[in-house]
Amino acid sequence: MMNFLALEYRPLVAVALALTASILVYILGEHIHRNVREAITFVAAFLMAADVYSMIPSVISGEEIRLEVFSIVKGISLAFNVDAAGMIFGFVASTLWILTSLYSVGYMRGHDEKNQTGYYAAFAMCLCATMGICFAANLLTFFIFFEVLTVATYPLVVHYRDEKGKASGHKYLAYTLISGQIFFAAIVIIYVFTGTMDFVPGGFVATDALPMPWACVVFFMMVGAGIVKAGVMPLHSWLPAAMVAPTPVSALLHAVAVVKAGAFCTLRVVLYVFGPEAAKACHGAEILAWMAVLTILISSLIAIRKNNLKARLAYSTVGQLSYIVLGICILNPLAATGALYHIIAHAFLKITLFMCAGAIFVTTHKADITDMVGIGRRMPLTMLAFTLASVGIAGFPFFAGFVSKANIIMGAVEAGKPIYAATLVVSALLAVVYLMPVISIAFRRDVVNPEFSEYGEANWRMLVPLLITAVIAIVFGCAPNLGFHLYDIATMAGNSIFGALTM
Amino acid sequence: MKNLPILIVLLPLVAAQLCLVFSRIHRNVGRWLVITAVSASLVMSVMQLLNVIKDGPIHYYFGNYRAPIGIEFSIDTVNGIMLILVCVIGLLTFLFSSEFRVSSDKTIVGGMNTVLCLLITGLLGMTSTGDVFNLYVFLEITSLSAYCLIAMGGNKGVIAAYRYMLVGTVAATLYLLGVAVLYANTGTLNMADMAVLLNEGDKNKAMLLAMILFIAAFGIKMALFPFHGWQPAAYTHAETSARPLISGVMGKIPAYAMFRYLFCVYGTDFKYFDFILDVLGVLSVCAMLYGSIRAMGQKDMRKLLAYSSVAQIGYISLGFAIGTPLALAGAFLHMFGHAFMKAGLFFCVGAIVYRYGKFSLEDVGRLYKKMPITCGLLVLAALSMVGIPPAVGFFSKWYLGLAAAREAKWIYLAVLVISSLLNAVYFFRLIEKFFINPDKGLPQKRERGRIEASAWILIPVIVCFVAILALGLCNAKIVDVLLLTLGEVGL
Repeated sequence: MMNFLALEYRPLVAVALALTASILVYILGEHIHRNVREAITFVAAFLMAADVYSMIPSVISGEEIRLEVFSIVKGISLAFNVDAAGMIFGFVASTLWILTSLYSVGYMRGHDEKNQTGYYAAFAMCLCATMGICFAANLLTFFIFFEVLTVATYPLVVHYRDEKGKASGHKYLAYTLISGQIFFAAIVIIYVFTGTMDFVPGGFVATDALPMPWACVVFFMMVGAGIVKAGVMPLHSWLPAAMVAPTPVSALLHAVAVVKAGAFCTLRVVLYVFGPEAAKACHGAEILAWMAVLTILISSLIAIRKNNLKARLAYSTVGQLSYIVLGICILNPLAATGALYHIIAHAFLKITLFMCAGAIFVTTHKADITDMVGIGRRMPLTMLAFTLASVGIAGFPFFAGFVSKANIIMGAVEAGKPIYAATLVVSALLAVVYLMPVISIAFRRDVVNPEFSEYGEANWRMLVPLLITAVIAIVFGCAPNLGFHLYDIATMAGNSIFGALTM
Repeated sequence: MKNLPILIVLLPLVAAQLCLVFSRIHRNVGRWLVITAVSASLVMSVMQLLNVIKDGPIHYYFGNYRAPIGIEFSIDTVNGIMLILVCVIGLLTFLFSSEFRVSSDKTIVGGMNTVLCLLITGLLGMTSTGDVFNLYVFLEITSLSAYCLIAMGGNKGVIAAYRYMLVGTVAATLYLLGVAVLYANTGTLNMADMAVLLNEGDKNKAMLLAMILFIAAFGIKMALFPFHGWQPAAYTHAETSARPLISGVMGKIPAYAMFRYLFCVYGTDFKYFDFILDVLGVLSVCAMLYGSIRAMGQKDMRKLLAYSSVAQIGYISLGFAIGTPLALAGAFLHMFGHAFMKAGLFFCVGAIVYRYGKFSLEDVGRLYKKMPITCGLLVLAALSMVGIPPAVGFFSKWYLGLAAAREAKWIYLAVLVISSLLNAVYFFRLIEKFFINPDKGLPQKRERGRIEASAWILIPVIVCFVAILALGLCNAKIVDVLLLTLGEVGL
């Protein structure tokens, strides 16, 4: 009898928990009471979070958690390896699963959504894939879960089953499947040229493994899948289109799993497959960094013009995710640490914003910013959380967003790229420009929309999670290391990647 | 134990003959007779495969007359697995067919079971044999029973069967011509013997002629582009209960025969080997693209799946065209996987027909609420066709892609990627029709309480579902077993 609680089985347990929850919900969902069905999700979410947290001490102490499950194709195993970078993403996803689940219950019931069983099943499947992505030890394992995530998100995007949903679904599939298949071809090529698939901090592709123009081509074939999911321009347009889905799905897409999986994929490819030297030698990192810079600026400008609150937030995500991509492509430990920490910071901040937008929509049925005049008086707690998160996104001190941005900026300065640093500063100002009007309209005193007199604060099931995430975002801003040593872990990851080079 | 190779083929053959007689007593007696026979063959082929893995290839000589004179059955790991595949799909088709009774005053009771069993016999024989003329005999048994099964599908079925018969006869003749050319040059009909004799002296011209004839012959039988013209109509209008077997394995066995000729009889020493592989590669690439593009425009589920088969056969022959052991293993893995995918999809179509009597994609809106298990298989099989892990379709694509990249055949790798994307276009459209389109409120043909179809239909559906996942997750073991044989052939 194998001991399934042993340390090395824990990544597998995390994947299996979400998978089991998904299957149980799908099979039993229509036949049991909805409270029981949601209980399955919550039990799995809490167990998974406990499972992931329990691995943190070993990651900090540098202990290796590695598991080869079985041979998935000839010569390559389905293998899990818990390292610092994976831990960061795993922490975010598993923590937010609990909160989004609670929020989902409030939103889906408050809005009388249909197809809830399918929704919870697909959501759990997404988390299963995300855990696999976090802890995958080699490219093939990573790709398998990456594709599962692509497919599992599709039913969520088309949740409403209408023409608009269908069109967004097509767009989503077109972007992700095409980039996924190209990623597949690139993995094959990398395997043929290097003969290995295992992620190594600092990369395993030698600078001269591929002839010059082809190294750059393969780099972009691989990184393409990541930047499509992360919404780097010009490959971003599926993300705003996917806004037709229910708000908790947007939260999942933007904060918990999907775009973060894209950013994480970029991280793995640039720093764990190619490595700083090869990425620099083929000029891939530099081109990608410039793409990120343009994305940050353009998306912020577009966001200013969007009147629909969710659309504005979507473009904000496009920009914020490019911070991570930029941080990765600066190729030094400070910036990489900042990029990793931004995964946490942006997740908590953006999920707060989306949850607020959803709470407003369910309670008052308003989606446009201009209709929200005076809403802050009716829903003070929701708008308080929104305000805090907006300030955090703009990168004010004492918020999580500041820690990550400061690191990326310092990294950019250290690398001698002041333009990157300037971009981040300008972008922070633009964030203020596109988020502050929402707050000022919401708290306007003079013209209170008469409709609002009948509405009160949002349902507690939505209110509690969004307050918690807002508080966490502040806590991680004031004390990045509190409780989980996340900042240390991010630093560890950054140092392990570049350690091999400097020492 | 020693006589396993022949017993596997003989039992269904005998059962097919007896089925007509026993069906006079009661139709179920005949049915269970053939089911028992095929199950017995299945058990024996599993035992035989275990023996082959343990002790190496089996050579079985009829009446103990040695090679050039007697007929030989030769079983290695590749056709050992294929025998199991034929038996499994055959058995599932029998279970499935019990819910569809071809009943009109013109048909004989039990005739359907007899013909289906003969088809299985022919396929098993073609797989086992090591003799080129014996192969022809089994090819004809296969073809004739297939013509019958297609013709049973109604008026359009008769026309489709007639078309297939015309082309199929040409194929058989071409094959016979090819055999004649080789026989004139070697004086033997045994494959292993022929392989030795062909390498002596300069027979390249004759061999090239024969190989072209073989490619045309087997190309017609496996519906390889551009010889696929008969196939969409035949798959579409064939008798519903026989369709999974016809579409699942009937096209694969000629592909295996082509492999035998290319790699076992001719071998890499053949002067025009690379040329033949290139020709095959071009045809495969065309098949993969053409089949998918044609499938996109179809409104009838059966036609869509039939054209998708044209594309998927291209994957298999692409593996042959790359020609390394790994590529061949990928091709055979795809063969096994595709058998379950395509048969599974036709089981789903059958389940829908059973309950609603509809084939059109426009009628199936939100069917997943009423038939969740069937639609579950439909999604899994469709994803497997696209090549999404962890379904088996991804792994066969992985081996094919890897082998293509190792041989620096980048075009093949690119075509694999493009072909998956084209598959995604029409298979996601199919999924969309089932899950997103509004409910048409179809009238039920039968009212059977809450379960979606009868158990005889659900068992094959569930088996295919499990098989697609199991083949995917255990692919490393299967490839290891395949490489026991394939490691010795190929580039």
